[in-house]
Amino acid sequence: MYDVLIIGAGVSGCAAARELSRYRLKIGVLEKGEDVCSGTSKANSGIVHAGFDARPGSLMARLNVEGNAMMEELSKTLDFPFRRNGSLVLCFDKEKEGMLEELKAQGEANGVPGLQILTGEEARALEPNLSREVTAALWAPSGGIVCPFGLTIALAENACVNGVEFIFDTEVKKVEKTQEGYRLVTGGETYETRCVINAAGVYADVFHNMVSERKLHITPRKGEYYLLDRSTGGFVDRTIFQLPGKFGKGVLVTPTVHGNTLVGPTATDIPDKEGTNTTRQGLDEVAAKAALSVEGLPMRQVITSFAGLRAHEDGSEFIVEEAADAPGFFDCAGMESPGLSSAPAVGKLLEKLVTEKLRPEKKETFIETRKDVVNPFHLPEEERNALIASHPEYGNVICRCETVTEGQIIDAIRRPLGARSLDGVKRRTRAGMGRCQAGFCSPRTMEILAREWKIPMDQVTKCGGNSRLIVGVNKDRLQEEDQ
Amino acid sequence: MKKYADVVIIGGGPAGLAAAVAAYDQGAGEILILERDRELGGILNQCIHNGFGLHTFKEELTGPEYAGRFIRQVEERKIPYLLNTMVLDISRDKVVTAMNRQEGMFQIQAGAVVLAMGCRERSRGALNIPGYRPAGIYSAGTAQRLVNMEGYLPGREVVILGSGDIGLIMARRMTLEGAKVKVVAELMPYSGGLKRNIVQCLDDFGIPLKLSHTVVDIQGKERVEGVTLARVDDQRRPIPGTEEQYSCDTLLLSVGLLPENELSRSAGVDLSPVTGGPVVNESLETNIPGVFACGNVLHVHDLVDFVSQEAALAGKYAACYVASARGGAPENLGTADTASIPVCAEGGVRYTVPSFIRPDHMEEKLPVRFRVGAVYQNCYVSVYLDEERILHRKRQILAPGEMETVTLERERLTAGGGPGKITIRIEQE
Amino acid sequence: MEIRELTCIGCPMGCQMRVTMEAGEIRQVEGNTCKRGDAYARKEVTNPTRIVTSTVRVTGGELPVVSVKTASDIPKEKIRACVLALKSIRVAAPVSIGDVVAENVAGTGVSIVATRNVKTA
Repeated sequence: MYDVLIIGAGVSGCAAARELSRYRLKIGVLEKGEDVCSGTSKANSGIVHAGFDARPGSLMARLNVEGNAMMEELSKTLDFPFRRNGSLVLCFDKEKEGMLEELKAQGEANGVPGLQILTGEEARALEPNLSREVTAALWAPSGGIVCPFGLTIALAENACVNGVEFIFDTEVKKVEKTQEGYRLVTGGETYETRCVINAAGVYADVFHNMVSERKLHITPRKGEYYLLDRSTGGFVDRTIFQLPGKFGKGVLVTPTVHGNTLVGPTATDIPDKEGTNTTRQGLDEVAAKAALSVEGLPMRQVITSFAGLRAHEDGSEFIVEEAADAPGFFDCAGMESPGLSSAPAVGKLLEKLVTEKLRPEKKETFIETRKDVVNPFHLPEEERNALIASHPEYGNVICRCETVTEGQIIDAIRRPLGARSLDGVKRRTRAGMGRCQAGFCSPRTMEILAREWKIPMDQVTKCGGNSRLIVGVNKDRLQEEDQ
Repeated sequence: MKKYADVVIIGGGPAGLAAAVAAYDQGAGEILILERDRELGGILNQCIHNGFGLHTFKEELTGPEYAGRFIRQVEERKIPYLLNTMVLDISRDKVVTAMNRQEGMFQIQAGAVVLAMGCRERSRGALNIPGYRPAGIYSAGTAQRLVNMEGYLPGREVVILGSGDIGLIMARRMTLEGAKVKVVAELMPYSGGLKRNIVQCLDDFGIPLKLSHTVVDIQGKERVEGVTLARVDDQRRPIPGTEEQYSCDTLLLSVGLLPENELSRSAGVDLSPVTGGPVVNESLETNIPGVFACGNVLHVHDLVDFVSQEAALAGKYAACYVASARGGAPENLGTADTASIPVCAEGGVRYTVPSFIRPDHMEEKLPVRFRVGAVYQNCYVSVYLDEERILHRKRQILAPGEMETVTLERERLTAGGGPGKITIRIEQE
Repeated sequence: MEIRELTCIGCPMGCQMRVTMEAGEIRQVEGNTCKRGDAYARKEVTNPTRIVTSTVRVTGGELPVVSVKTASDIPKEKIRACVLALKSIRVAAPVSIGDVVAENVAGTGVSIVATRNVKTA
């Protein structure tokens, strides 16, 4: 019997797991993917929003501003990349500048610090590549950027070392009410628990509706993106949003914490909760809209495109509460943007809700901090060479585009909740994330995965499940009758 | 502690090997080859098909055999090399920073540097092919490495996008190893590969080639389950209604090669927007004195024989540079030289290597390599010195996939004070 | 009368050629632009041959396979039989360039030779 079972190892589920791991509780996280950060949390803008978008008084507004304020401290405690680079909302029409004022007033009501309206000239002085068409901009110095993998993995690893059990490749099929709490039926085992946290992203409505008569409805809202090479680093330094205008909802142009440029997303409601395919139309829309914000965006430097799904709830609000007619079933639903920004505060809110219910004792043994994969290039020269002398694998570069060593890849595999697939290695080390998109390093990373996990090469996957990279050996199916 | 070497060669593939041998034969003292892979030979090690070396050795070798010949020459000369060694940075003053397991991060002050890092393949991302992102999408070169060096089959039912030579060669290789190659699609109305490869890699096995086609969708959430091809119009845009579905577990991409010049850029080397490689003079020297470039890092070649020839020149000039710098000869063999003549690519010629020539530094004859931007039939390759046409050679066919050469003579470039510019163009008459 | 269509591989022109045969004899070659095309067509319709390159499993080597080729060209219709014959072959490391891996492959009288070195693991 678990005290708490969390459905979904995305950023919200992992944040809740980490905060609850401070207590004497038996906690499990059930994840249908093979790794944390496999759904909505892996494909988004990586923005820590300042918090002026949401309606004052909403939970979304509150958790956004709180999460934003917590992010910097958390990034030091848990050692993940975060930068407070500030953001600009662009206005392209003199007549729409009133909307910037409204946005500023809304932000101030939400408690966003330092908001300021800039003229077009002032904005261009900050960001030289901004379009000539920009007439004014809202400057939010508290906006930031974070690595979504870094944040989620850090939360999960810390939860893991504090005793949370992560159960991967396990899809919850059914949630049933029991005497003591709930029974979670999966394709394999059945799990009993006192409380459930439903952090299932685009599937949160499905699980909620299994236990509650007050139905939820979540729409997967697709967002498509382009990612540009690190050689474009500095094209913009701040996150550049657009005021919604005659071209519809805008797209953003932002640096990432690793120095790439990211543009997107579109916003298309789709029926398929797994529909993470990009489309010609969507990608074209991203390119066209981004060109409104900035001039000369080097689209030839695109290294990849991707799509993610936001979990949009009909009321456009976060639902983080105990279901009214299902005691002990805590929803964490509708976590669309700014869900990533809010994650630290969402974790805290769920900690409060669940501990009020279960009244657990705090652990004295809680380990507050966590260290990321050691990057030899971030070490001072002497330390780096000492590391390579004792661990020569840190001198062996595997991914040449992002300069990732074998030592880092081994660390990513051996650490708590270690990487089991190419994507797992990529998200923890950036190997394969660069301009050649794993063309050179994937055979070598596959070799390391096979060696470390002691599995044959044909068991190595891109991202778990059936995503095998090798299907056989040369000539294995050549037969006489082929002739 | 910083080491010193006269000539540091970045890359131990065909270009680096030939450069090292030539630098040695020119009398360079300390030469060092830095190679990131676990053996010398570069990409040739995975090119196990035959057809290499007809120009150089007058026989048809496979890639590893061709590399083996040059590796032997390097070994015979006892030229030092470091394997599994990644160069991380080259500074403007030619300090090379590298790293390996044994020595950690270390620096070498080079007298001259030869850039020979080769190229990489364009990825799916660079093409913006929409669809899912499952396992089973490989660049042809990655698949080539897996099949030819490691013996692993990356897929059983294959669609190939791109009919460059690597794509064609892999169609045959996958077929011979037991996979079913269903179709090769080519965006352009012509193949970028050699006719011989189309016949011997596709026709021999009944593999269809669809020109003016591209991939417009990729299906499969975990492993590729199928791709959709569509015909494209003359603007290379997919034509709605022409979609065709192919079920497959693998998509191989052979959609172009890009010189790998991240190190060159960090050193401050000027790059050509057309080739993606350094801008060089007749000595294959970049804008940074003492930094030379050759092989696919300079411009993408189709024949390794030409890589070897070009690299031998780069190696030789690098050795000369070190010797003259040591001998106290007037500095600045670099590009600021006033007596340099620009070589202009016009009328269908996309680029030339070199981009400018200093007649007083050139040898009696200088090969100028170029590529055309489209297929030309029954045309002429013309060379002009200013307005004077000095060469007008009839060609039955010129194609973007084949590198062309014209040879310039020093005598012509120095006569009467020399021309203000050299122009190479394709003409119909 | 039999007509064979083929593409010349001599140069990028890729001339589409028609070879007219009668009772195994070549009557006419059309469509070629130069003499090389004619020669290629005559060889290709009477005795098409290919060099075959592939891999063979290695035991105890630092690589699991070694690249190989037919020492000379073999009849085109023997390509698959040749590759199939390689399926069951195992060579022990070390292997050197030029080592004969198999003789008289698929009854062609042609040997299979290694095209690279594989050191012992």
